[in-house]
Amino acid sequence: MEIKILIRDLNFYYGSCQALKSINMDIYGNKITALIGPSGCGKTTLLRLMNRMSDLVDETHIEGRMLIDGQDIFDKSVDVVNLRKKVGMVFQQPNPFPMSIYDNVAYGPRMLGTHNKRVLNGIVEESLRKAALWDEMKDNLHKSGLALSGGQQQRLCIARVLSVDPQIILMDEPCSALDPISTLKIEELMIELKKDYTLIIVTHNMQQAARVSDFAGFMLLGELVEYAETREVFNVPKDKRTEDYITGRFG
Amino acid sequence: MKISPKFTHNVAWGVCWAAGLLSLAFLFIIIGYVFVNGIGSITWEFLTTNPKGGLKGEGGILSALVGTLYLIGITLLIAVPLGVGAAIYMAEYARNNWFTKLVRFGVESLAGIPSIVFGLFGFALFVTALGFNFSIMSGALTLACLCLPVIIRTCEEAMKAVPRTYREASYGLGATKWQTITHVILPAAIPGIITSIILTVGRVVEETACLYVTMGGSSNMPTSIWSSARTLSLHLYYLAMETTAINKALATGVILIIIIIIINFATRWLSDRYIAMSGGGRMSNGN
Repeated sequence: MEIKILIRDLNFYYGSCQALKSINMDIYGNKITALIGPSGCGKTTLLRLMNRMSDLVDETHIEGRMLIDGQDIFDKSVDVVNLRKKVGMVFQQPNPFPMSIYDNVAYGPRMLGTHNKRVLNGIVEESLRKAALWDEMKDNLHKSGLALSGGQQQRLCIARVLSVDPQIILMDEPCSALDPISTLKIEELMIELKKDYTLIIVTHNMQQAARVSDFAGFMLLGELVEYAETREVFNVPKDKRTEDYITGRFG
Repeated sequence: MKISPKFTHNVAWGVCWAAGLLSLAFLFIIIGYVFVNGIGSITWEFLTTNPKGGLKGEGGILSALVGTLYLIGITLLIAVPLGVGAAIYMAEYARNNWFTKLVRFGVESLAGIPSIVFGLFGFALFVTALGFNFSIMSGALTLACLCLPVIIRTCEEAMKAVPRTYREASYGLGATKWQTITHVILPAAIPGIITSIILTVGRVVEETACLYVTMGGSSNMPTSIWSSARTLSLHLYYLAMETTAINKALATGVILIIIIIIINFATRWLSDRYIAMSGGGRMSNGN
């Protein structure tokens, strides 16, 4: 298995408050890695470091290294635009722009300099196909993205991420605002996507983590308590705290 | 005897209802008075001739009408780009430190200064020091100073109301800050920006005092932005104070009210069309 993201001795601070404590983690390519743990444990913080969305918050401080394909993403020479193109993100709330479906998907490529109509049409179709939206949407591409249902909006957001041809997709509780049927569709989509992409998801939903992920990391108070194959974490947890959490004793 | 809560409720309801009705009544009485007494003096000739002056206030309002439109255009050209630019800085770039707070405090204080003080400032700077004389340019620059605080404030609020998730989505796709501002934030803030433009137009149309000392008030047809001119409000003031033509003053008032209504509807219509074209999105998280 190829190591896609390598994290060593990572500490992260908001002001003087330490949000991540010496995280060491190898994330594998073409797998789904789930980050689980109670609210405020640092899993979203860790996820947002992976494409430097953490830059949007003032007064933070990073120690340690995070290597994606061997390149330290905290290095000064890293172009954050290229990083975010390579590491896309899907958010908790479906957040399509108030534009048409077409313009939503074409937004990323346009911002990166693609304006050729035929090329854009191709990208939009391919991205929507990969997000399992093309058949539903191909006749309504100029409808507003906000007119879709929650589940469709989230798949539109996934298509939008796919449009810039990323390698890694970060998902921050992508189903927490969706109903069970939409959730199922997104989960099927994730499993389909891992053929071509590396997925990392943050989730509060234990069943979801168990259903879709290949690897699972349990976080608590900024620490990565346990990280192994999902089967192991759920069936034979090594740490007492992991066991307590997944059996529902706290959380 | 005990007063029942239901009785109190009924009385309170009645008082509030009466207050609402009364405010509405005042509005209609004022507009009605102006219309009833002014509309009779509006003729084609009134609209198409320049004021001739004199104690009887002879002539029409053509040059004042043109002067008003001229002033609206020039003021917007100066104030909107500056105001929106400043708002972008305040909403997107400025950090929340003492300097930003000072700027914000300054902007808010400026909004409370009487317009005649802006007029005197405009007279000293634009009319005299810069040598623009009494002209549309001097008036427009003065009005721009007067309107900037409101534009900045309104646009800043509109931009801050754009959901954070839009910004995150845009940055997440590799867009730069400027791309995010021009392609996501400004389009979503258009309704707020339109509101600030309507407020500015209203201010240009209603303002008298500060134009009195910066535009001069010539009744001739303005030929360029360096001409002295009068607006309808200024013309109304001259008619009411220096002539006996009170009917013509009221007729001017009618035209003024109609212009404001037309401009408000036109801007709203344009903004709705724009929103419909850009995907029908009112601001929303999609919930």
